[in-house]
Amino acid sequence: MAEATLRTPPLDRARVLQWLQTYGVYAGVALLLVVNIVITPHFMSAENFRTQAVQVAPVIIVALGMALVIGTEGVDLSVGAVMALAASVTALYLGYGLLPALLVVALFAAGVGLANGALVAFIGVQPIVATLALMVGGRGLALVLLPQLEDLRNPALASLGSGGVAGIPYLILIAAALALLVAFVVRRTTFGRQLLAIGDSRPAAQLAGLPVRRVLIIVYVACALLAAVAGVLATARLQASDPTSLGNLMELSAITAVVVGGTPLTGGRVNIAGTVAGAVLIQLLTATLIKHDLPPSWTQIAQAIVIVCAVYAARGRGKR
Amino acid sequence: MTATKTDAPVTTASDEPADATAPVGSARSERLSALVQQHGALAVLVLVSIVASFSFDSFATGDNVSNMATGSAFLAIVALGMTFVIVTGGIDLSVGSLFALGGVLAAWGSRHGTLVALLLPLVVCGLIGVVNGLLVARSRLAPFIVTLAAMLGARGLMLAITDEGANTYLIGKGSFLAELGQGTTLGLGNPVWITLALFVAGAVVLRRTRFGQHVYAVGGNEDAAALMGVPVARTKIAVYTLSGALAGLAGALNAAWLASGVTILGNGMELDAISAVVIGGTLLTGGLGYVSGSLVGVLLLKVIQNIINQIGSLDSSYQLVVSGAFLALVVIAQTWLGRRRQLV
Repeated sequence: MAEATLRTPPLDRARVLQWLQTYGVYAGVALLLVVNIVITPHFMSAENFRTQAVQVAPVIIVALGMALVIGTEGVDLSVGAVMALAASVTALYLGYGLLPALLVVALFAAGVGLANGALVAFIGVQPIVATLALMVGGRGLALVLLPQLEDLRNPALASLGSGGVAGIPYLILIAAALALLVAFVVRRTTFGRQLLAIGDSRPAAQLAGLPVRRVLIIVYVACALLAAVAGVLATARLQASDPTSLGNLMELSAITAVVVGGTPLTGGRVNIAGTVAGAVLIQLLTATLIKHDLPPSWTQIAQAIVIVCAVYAARGRGKR
Repeated sequence: MTATKTDAPVTTASDEPADATAPVGSARSERLSALVQQHGALAVLVLVSIVASFSFDSFATGDNVSNMATGSAFLAIVALGMTFVIVTGGIDLSVGSLFALGGVLAAWGSRHGTLVALLLPLVVCGLIGVVNGLLVARSRLAPFIVTLAAMLGARGLMLAITDEGANTYLIGKGSFLAELGQGTTLGLGNPVWITLALFVAGAVVLRRTRFGQHVYAVGGNEDAAALMGVPVARTKIAVYTLSGALAGLAGALNAAWLASGVTILGNGMELDAISAVVIGGTLLTGGLGYVSGSLVGVLLLKVIQNIINQIGSLDSSYQLVVSGAFLALVVIAQTWLGRRRQLV
């Protein structure tokens, strides 16, 4: 009896911690929703939900790619720069029509992803440094191609940014479709298994005969392509190409969403549903603070605290 | 981060036979690799400077050199702190925000005298560094995510002090602080002399003191260092504190130089500092690094920037492209050299 009572507390604590790591992000979203319904006027309107969803869609798309990269025990700091690059390339090639412009954007993004992947997979550079180089260079290239903000007048692009099906904006539909696709790839394909194995232990994956380099390169290319999609969608919503500020600090938002969503930075595990919820949580938190007239300074400080708490909570699982 | 470290045994295992057949040649090539690693950036700097002084009439003039030196000073102080952090195998992404915060705090504090203006940024930014260090060393969180959060938090704090960036505090003319930033001694700006003094001190600390040896030991192999009795956690906390305080000091000096606490500064500065440190031959995996190399790295970045400005027809965005490409090249070269040295 005494033994049992002695043994239960740590067990319970571990269980609570585990529960918090897996479902904490959903609990957080639910809590914020309830709090907002009570204290924020006009929160329950469809218009408000649409605005929040449209704002969070690009972050979700970038975070999906980031989740894949973090699953391989890497990190991609160049996503913001790729968004900017996508914006300026879209502006440059929109004259040929939307589809050719999108193809060129995809080419540029694939180039950046290929460079990232090659540096990490073949040269063996740490991901944080390899993508740092592309982050600096990519933003520079975007600004060289298009030095300042440019208004875009293209009906196809405009409808992509503000149109929708049955009242649901295209942005949300695309983000949802991509989330399902990435979740399927991670859970149900050989590629997803290989990705997680590499994140768990790269030497072991190599010794097991997995195509480590190929998988890594595909992951970084996919991450860059997803970032480019987010860049194009954000540009379509703005109706303007803004390589100076588009995607600034996006790497931080994406990493936060992934980490808050319960994907450990140590690799080997990817939680796509959690990543989406993580992005929504940060969006709701920011929106709540802004709607109650808290200045941006406090919003940033609150975000910083949430990041540290989330990483701290995720730490225990990484050790087990 | 640990991916490359854990990867090492696999590559060494597969390359071992080739290494064993030529022990004499590889000893020489190892020395050559070490030489390139340590002094490669210096050679490039000298070469680029010589070419630039022949190509542009205004490059090697006293004014231009003195401007470049002062312009490099603030980044160099930040890079000095970053060198210590990177040698322990960590990284500090919060320095850009701390630089801005330090400048604003110095300008805000300057009305209470120079001592307050200098101490306030040192203490506040140092304390943020302590928090970074505690989270990295005691809670064992990844350095880049901790300092990324600190970057956000410090910028938020800076915005809170300045009424969301709307309020720019000025530093009165003629005060000692303004003299410290704007005055010159023997033809060079005071910030340049302060930077040189800090680098000499930094080199002595890293090379010749027990603390410096601890920094190298922690970066070389943390577990081995802990088993040898090196106070790993204390060393890590100390380097993040040092990095934070130096970033704050650099911001304060920069504010004194500009006579105001400009709120929009420091964006992307962490990247410049990391680039400079890496270009200077410090390994991002930790355990190997040179304070003098970081100074050379900063100068190289500033010389490239100056050349791009001299060309004139080139947009300043090319600076970013060149920096990024240069960083990638240096990292590739370092990894290659490091692999060759590892074989021996």
